[in-house]
Amino acid sequence: MFFIKKIKFFIPVFLFVGLVLVFAIGLDRDPGEVPSVFIDKPAPSFNLPKLLAPKEQLKNTDMLGQVSLLNIWGSWCVGCAQEHELLMMIAREGVVPIYGINWKDDRSDAISWLNRFGNPYKSVGVDRNNYTGIDYGVYGAPETFIIDSVGFIRYKHIGPLTRDIWFDEFVPLIESLKAEI
Amino acid sequence: MIPEIGQLCLVIALCFALVQFILPMVGFWKKNIILGEVAKPSAHAQVLFLLLAFICLTVSFLADDFSVLYVANNSNTALPTPFKVAAVWGAHEGSLLLWSFILAIWSSAVAVFSKSLPREIVSLVLAVMGAIAIGFMLFILLTSNPFERLYPIPIDGGDLNPLLQDFALIIHPPMLYVGYVGFSVAFAFAVAAMMTGNLDQKWARWTRPWTTTAWLFLTLGIALGSWWAYYELGWGGWWFWDPVENAAFMPWLAGTALIHSLAVTEKRGLFKSSTLLLAIGAFSLSLLGTFLVRSGVLVSVHAFASDPARGLFILVFLALVIGVSLSLYAWRAPTLISNVGFKFFSRETFILINNLLLVIATAVILLGTLGPLVFTALDLGTISVGPQYFEIVFLLPMIPLVLMVGLGMHVSWRSMQPNSLLRRLYLPALLSIIVGILAPWWFFGASSFLTAIGIIVGVWTILSALLDPIRRVFGKINRISRSAVAMQVAHLGLGMVVLGITVTSAFSIETDVGLKPGQSSTIKGYNFRFEGIRETFGPNYQATQGVFAVSKNGEDYTEMRPEKRIYRVRTNPMTEAAIEANWGRDLFIALGEPLGDGAWSLRLQYKPLIRFIWLGCLVMALAGLLSISDPRYRKS
Amino acid sequence: MRPIVAIFITLCSIPVLAIDPTEPFIDDEKRYLYESITSEVRCLVCQNQTIADSTAPLASDLRREIRRMVDQGQAEVEIKDFLVERYGDFILYKPRFRSWTLFLWLIPIIFLIIGILAFIRILNQRSHLPIDIDAA
Repeated sequence: MFFIKKIKFFIPVFLFVGLVLVFAIGLDRDPGEVPSVFIDKPAPSFNLPKLLAPKEQLKNTDMLGQVSLLNIWGSWCVGCAQEHELLMMIAREGVVPIYGINWKDDRSDAISWLNRFGNPYKSVGVDRNNYTGIDYGVYGAPETFIIDSVGFIRYKHIGPLTRDIWFDEFVPLIESLKAEI
Repeated sequence: MIPEIGQLCLVIALCFALVQFILPMVGFWKKNIILGEVAKPSAHAQVLFLLLAFICLTVSFLADDFSVLYVANNSNTALPTPFKVAAVWGAHEGSLLLWSFILAIWSSAVAVFSKSLPREIVSLVLAVMGAIAIGFMLFILLTSNPFERLYPIPIDGGDLNPLLQDFALIIHPPMLYVGYVGFSVAFAFAVAAMMTGNLDQKWARWTRPWTTTAWLFLTLGIALGSWWAYYELGWGGWWFWDPVENAAFMPWLAGTALIHSLAVTEKRGLFKSSTLLLAIGAFSLSLLGTFLVRSGVLVSVHAFASDPARGLFILVFLALVIGVSLSLYAWRAPTLISNVGFKFFSRETFILINNLLLVIATAVILLGTLGPLVFTALDLGTISVGPQYFEIVFLLPMIPLVLMVGLGMHVSWRSMQPNSLLRRLYLPALLSIIVGILAPWWFFGASSFLTAIGIIVGVWTILSALLDPIRRVFGKINRISRSAVAMQVAHLGLGMVVLGITVTSAFSIETDVGLKPGQSSTIKGYNFRFEGIRETFGPNYQATQGVFAVSKNGEDYTEMRPEKRIYRVRTNPMTEAAIEANWGRDLFIALGEPLGDGAWSLRLQYKPLIRFIWLGCLVMALAGLLSISDPRYRKS
Repeated sequence: MRPIVAIFITLCSIPVLAIDPTEPFIDDEKRYLYESITSEVRCLVCQNQTIADSTAPLASDLRREIRRMVDQGQAEVEIKDFLVERYGDFILYKPRFRSWTLFLWLIPIIFLIIGILAFIRILNQRSHLPIDIDAA
């Protein structure tokens, strides 16, 4: 009975312990990182003019039947230049086809950028006014999606791709997705 | 050489803090009062060496010594001298040094002004403050050393963040810190009371002036911050419910509750355990504020460069200080309960309601501030909690609270007959209801339920606060004690703030327009004619200045010049709004973007009664000053 | 991740006004809807700003989309669903009354109820105690 009467004095310290636990977990997360809401959902459709052949269209359905990468990039974007070499390597080794969406960019700038640094993309669609970008929840270039053979988004990486992320996250997932086909 | 001297001073100050903490604690344990006597001189020595460290850092800034990393990051040869001084606390490392310095000043002040207190209590209070000082100085030395050198030495510095190059921002952080840190005194008194098991009305009388002083600085600090945000951030808002603002507002709410609770403890020997809890709470929330700003667990505009290592240190420190004091509370508070009662219609009841509602308001803000963090920690997704949430949930406890204030301040202690009070208050109540319903229609031609409520409550609080002084003038009562006057003035300030917030939220006019030179736009009878753009220069920036001729009802009224500045080193553009203020309203112009053809996009605003928000805070702070000047605190 | 966010943040200047040179609204109700939504949507690039205030290109694209939907006569819920489907709950400053975020709205009410109960309990105890026994 005496203990019951005293227990209310322990409430503050209990609440505080809970708070400390939340902080402890919160410390190693980046509060600004927005997780994609698209994981395991069908990739939104798009129908964009191709960068190098403006008369033709790149559609989301073009990616069906294979595991592929969809990379959002722009010639103005510093992070895109950082990851470019890695994309070139992936394209050279032919691990997966890379489709590009040229985001909020000037067409001639984009073409000369590819001429200068090389073109890792199987095909590039132009989204100058950020319609497709908004449909994909893009909030900054570069962003890279893994899309499986039936057109579902399986993974999203925000920011430049690095070797570590490629080998630790992308390659295992791509291998297992390929095995599913 | 000078930075090294500064660092050495910091280490020496840390040693004195260790002495100030350990010896009195041992003395308390061993019942040896002599050991406690070292606390006072240690506190004085600590403040001296921290002052020296602070001077050393200031000298490095004034001498443009860019071999010091912190100076190189936050100053520049072209930075005007006053801002060089302000830059000392303009970023993380220096602001912590200021924090420690202010804490030392508070300890030293306690040592000086506590001649009438039992020696045992004073040395315990100082020991607790010493413990906090140790934590902060270790934090500086281990993770955030402002004296760290940089090699190779850059030719020029990175400049102070342009947002901070402003008068209000020179004094805002020190004010805020004096408030935050000041709650450590109440906290230390609470811990000392729990350790000695001695919490009587005398204890409450010692604690009260310290708490009020801290609270008054915090009030000023918050008001300054809000004023700064209003004229500097460029879009005319005065409160954003940003995590950092909340971090300052929560201790303020808890501190306000503490002040009320202390009054009951002093007058009636009641509410002892809630006084203790609020004293712990107010300071814990201050520490939490420091943690939130610096650890990077929340996204904020004002956040300092964040670093998880720092976050971890603060978390451990926080867990120690708050955890130990709350455990002590759980252990000792049950033994300190008094057996005094009060009737339903009594001041005690009203203060109880006040405190419960203030605590609910604090808890709600804490919930909204930490909500996103809890969601990520529990893997429930990333969410945002913004102004639209806080405005609703904060009003929930606040409307009944403010309604109660006007009544509560006239109710007497112990018990009272409601009838006698109603006879005195029905006139002001009636008057405020009439004003609340009619005034919005009269002045602005519109109203709403919430607006009417806000104005009624604001006017009611103001009239109620002025009632006794008016009755005094007409000779109906003889004299009002200093503490009663202070209480009335504080509530007068509150009424002004409520009125200001209500009117400015309900009737501000804001238009975004594009104007070419020669074109004009009119709001609320004021005509703004865009005369053109010209280029000007400041010491470390260049500016595009828009010139506007303002006329009122066809007559020339004034000229306003909003600017857009580009600072040379940190090249982001800054909007310097032009503001024309008087008691009744502010006119506000901010320059947007060029639209081509000489046209510019502009934001024009008319903000009625917005000054009342800050004036009200000033009045509240003044009330704090009145309260601590009460001679009864100086009697032994 | 963190350095990237830092780059974004330095790219978008915080205190500059975002004013679009678009057609003014003819319909006051639509203008109100547009203003209330844009001031509730968080700019993901310059976090801690609403898209109404932000000058970031993404914010202006989102304003354009919201404007389009408002002009088409879509309801507030539809527009917010559109945004949340793409960017998650993070984009809304005012949490919705749905699933877990419902708790953010319920807890304040629970606080208030606890407060009322505590008040009744304390008053009950204290009003039965003698008014003055303290000798101080």
